[in-house]
Amino acid sequence: MLNIPAVEVAALSVVRGGRSVLSDVTFSVPTGQIVGLLGPSGCGKSTLIRAVVGAQRIEAGDVRVLGEPAGSACTRRSVGYVTQASSVYPDLTVRQNLRYFASLSDADDEATEGALDEVGLRARADALVRDLSGGQRTRVSLAAALLGDPDVYLLDEPTVGLDPVLRRDLWKLFARLADDGRTILVSSHVMDEAGRCDRVLLMREGRIIADATPDELRRRTGQDDLEQAFLVLAEEVAA
Amino acid sequence: MSRTLATAKRVLQQLSHDPRSVALIVVLPSLLLLLFRYVYDGSPAVFDRVGPQMLGIFPFIIMFLVTSVTMVRERTSGMLERLLTTPLRRGELIAGYGLAFGAAALLQSLVSSAMAIWWLELDVSSPSAVVILAVTDAVLGTALGLMMSAFAATEFQAVQFMPLVVIPQLLLCGLLAPRASMPEVLERVSDVLPLSYATDAFSDLGTGATSTGFLAADLGVLVGCSALALVGASLTLRRRTS
Repeated sequence: MLNIPAVEVAALSVVRGGRSVLSDVTFSVPTGQIVGLLGPSGCGKSTLIRAVVGAQRIEAGDVRVLGEPAGSACTRRSVGYVTQASSVYPDLTVRQNLRYFASLSDADDEATEGALDEVGLRARADALVRDLSGGQRTRVSLAAALLGDPDVYLLDEPTVGLDPVLRRDLWKLFARLADDGRTILVSSHVMDEAGRCDRVLLMREGRIIADATPDELRRRTGQDDLEQAFLVLAEEVAA
Repeated sequence: MSRTLATAKRVLQQLSHDPRSVALIVVLPSLLLLLFRYVYDGSPAVFDRVGPQMLGIFPFIIMFLVTSVTMVRERTSGMLERLLTTPLRRGELIAGYGLAFGAAALLQSLVSSAMAIWWLELDVSSPSAVVILAVTDAVLGTALGLMMSAFAATEFQAVQFMPLVVIPQLLLCGLLAPRASMPEVLERVSDVLPLSYATDAFSDLGTGATSTGFLAADLGVLVGCSALALVGASLTLRRRTS
């Protein structure tokens, strides 16, 4: 089991509305790593995550999660997906949302209470989600993904719009999950978050232009700042 | 099974946070029936003939609307995509919706039938058959609403499916003119529309010309159509989209 990568994507191409969104994307994520998917908005990050979840119709290529085809019944038990727009019910309370998602993945009420604490929303547990701020909704959405204790987390920009303290806390949570052997593929367009990942996939216009650790990126480009490193790499590709 | 029940519970919890919708679902058919009764105050024979049919048609229309809009919202908000990445099966989701709206329909039918029979003194041969048929009509509306939501990209479109799916059935079901008096083509079309069977059954209950055999056959057709539409609805849930 240990030698099977958590996520394996081979020669993946996706076409949406006649436009190529992903072309020939290949990478693999070993278990227990936090891999960041970084790049500007519109570069194909969300589409790539949707392909790994099994929600995206693909043109060509192979996508596997824990050795099984993406989206198959057995991978759905081991994947926790957080969409970019917080997908929880605005007309339910935080706790009602979490109890529902818990029952879908055979988790118990204890897991619900645990998830409430993990994302720091205990005080708002009985508030309707529509009365929460955008950042709080994102945390409810994240809590819903924690419930089934999945092996693989696929997180699409989970830290957008959060204040720095919360962002730090969530990255600590991701690190803790990875220490417990969970795998995390997380997208972001904020380059300073790249430094918190074990490895970074830099994307631009539907292609992966770099696949390296943050230190390797700094060394290869001679830039301390990862934002600058991305610029150097993007210009290299364009040239 | 537990995921079906959890889904039904979730849908009802959503409804419970929306008291205005609950009020509309529960009392709207009764109000319309009341209005209908006094519009025909001068000719009670019309109310006696059409009243029972209305008991079946109102829940059908209301549940069709409520369900199709709810389901389009689920599809367009990204909720459906997320739900389909969990272990929840498509049939469990659809059954959960059917169950929740079926329960709402039961409450609705109990209220409207009780009012029609005891207050408006509508003459029907079997009150329990009226409730059973009204609930079945509501479930049929729910099932068709779930299925038709697949063809609507927005809530605006979903609302407009109401005239598309419901009004032709209203015109052809025998409510306005007996089906036998229609041109043969229209009569044939009305033969395959489920609402025709609901109207037949309610007319029988109203005139007292009830034969249990006919009623059971009509009920069977309605249940069969609902089941078909529910299966159709679960097939329209696509796990992979572009």
